[in-house]
Amino acid sequence: MANSSCSDVKVLGAWPSPFVTRVRIALNIKSVKYEFLEEALGSKSQLLLQSNPVYKKIPVLIHGGKPISESLIIVQYIDEVWSSGPSILPSDPYDRAIERFWAAYVDDKIFPSMKLINTAQGEEKAAIVEQVTEGLVLLEEAFQKSSKGKAFFGGDRIGFLDIAFGSMLGWLRAIEKMGGVKLLDEAKTPGLVQWAESLCADGAVKGIIPDTEKLVEFAKILVKMKGVPLGKN
Amino acid sequence: MADDEMILLDYWVSVFGMRVRIALAEKEIKYESREEDLLGNKSDLLLKMNPIYKKIPVLIHNGKPVCESLIIVQYIDEIWNDRSPLLPSDPYQRAQARFWADFVDKKVAPRPGVLWGKGEEQEAARNEFLETFKILEGELGDKPYFGGETFGFVDISLVTFACWFHAFETFGKFSMKAEFPKITEWAKRCMQRESVAKSLQDPQKVDEFVVEYRKRLGLE
Repeated sequence: MANSSCSDVKVLGAWPSPFVTRVRIALNIKSVKYEFLEEALGSKSQLLLQSNPVYKKIPVLIHGGKPISESLIIVQYIDEVWSSGPSILPSDPYDRAIERFWAAYVDDKIFPSMKLINTAQGEEKAAIVEQVTEGLVLLEEAFQKSSKGKAFFGGDRIGFLDIAFGSMLGWLRAIEKMGGVKLLDEAKTPGLVQWAESLCADGAVKGIIPDTEKLVEFAKILVKMKGVPLGKN
Repeated sequence: MADDEMILLDYWVSVFGMRVRIALAEKEIKYESREEDLLGNKSDLLLKMNPIYKKIPVLIHNGKPVCESLIIVQYIDEIWNDRSPLLPSDPYQRAQARFWADFVDKKVAPRPGVLWGKGEEQEAARNEFLETFKILEGELGDKPYFGGETFGFVDISLVTFACWFHAFETFGKFSMKAEFPKITEWAKRCMQRESVAKSLQDPQKVDEFVVEYRKRLGLE
């Protein structure tokens, strides 16, 4: 598909959301210009409610007036529509299945547990941190297998799983800071530590993952607003 | 593809295993089915092939495992892309198909409360179930299938629950036909496909399973 004009592609989102980050990285990889419509904290725009009536959540990609929801589904859509740009998903069906599996693992296991670290105390907190670290060790193994010595899960270039997991790095670091814990470390997850550096330095990612400090401040605001840390997008 | 070794680790009453069976049947793929004893001990093969979740279904293709039913169905569709496409070819339609299949996984699949819950918990689960199916009834509308004219990914993701409908009705105390006439018709229509008819379990056997399992949970 030919490059569309900026107004053709809109992203409904919010800067702190790692799910929104995924969509922006994907669009950057494909060099697609888009209009970013920031949802105000605590309210949902008419456009959002219309575009995602089922979940009423961001991110939503609106392409030529048609909405697509759910970050990983949006990323796959972007990959398939802008097929002349660098590929996001691998071409081999087995590799695709593996990346989809781990992306779902990040969403179902890693991120939800990560968020709990903030509110947890003492023994419970230690248990959750251990759970997350174990999960990250599994991802480290997956990384070693998948990257085959290259910088990213996708090899030489950022791919689907890089985006799915990489989008979480901002919050991972913020949670490490707020919780006084280490989640990614050189001893247990050396590959991922290196990977994180390479990812954040990549042109498609630079400036998209929010600053750790900004997220820490944002988390404090959320607690004040709703009494709940890390509100869902 | 004639020499491919395909093994499916499954459990007879699992709606997720049934999804894979339908996909394999649609593509006319031969495979060996191995029943896991989920209420007893999981096999070494299952623990080896799905160490992360230790769950079925697992499709083992030439020794390599694929896990998670919807991921398996997409995998099957992508490898055997020369026949009976399960996902639409248009990217926007594909995104919609993925969205609704994912909706089924998020909203229909975690159904335990209706069958295995008690009191308030069960009441809440029942209401959520009805809300969810209201959305699905609306989404289906007057189309023959969720994707339109052809049977596909979303239908596969949802139709396997049809053999559990009677159990939901019994314990949720409602009528699928009365509440969701379009879904009811759609389920019948899907059952006319051989791949679905031979993959779904007999609802009576599902009912028996539910009663047995409820006893195990101390609900009977």
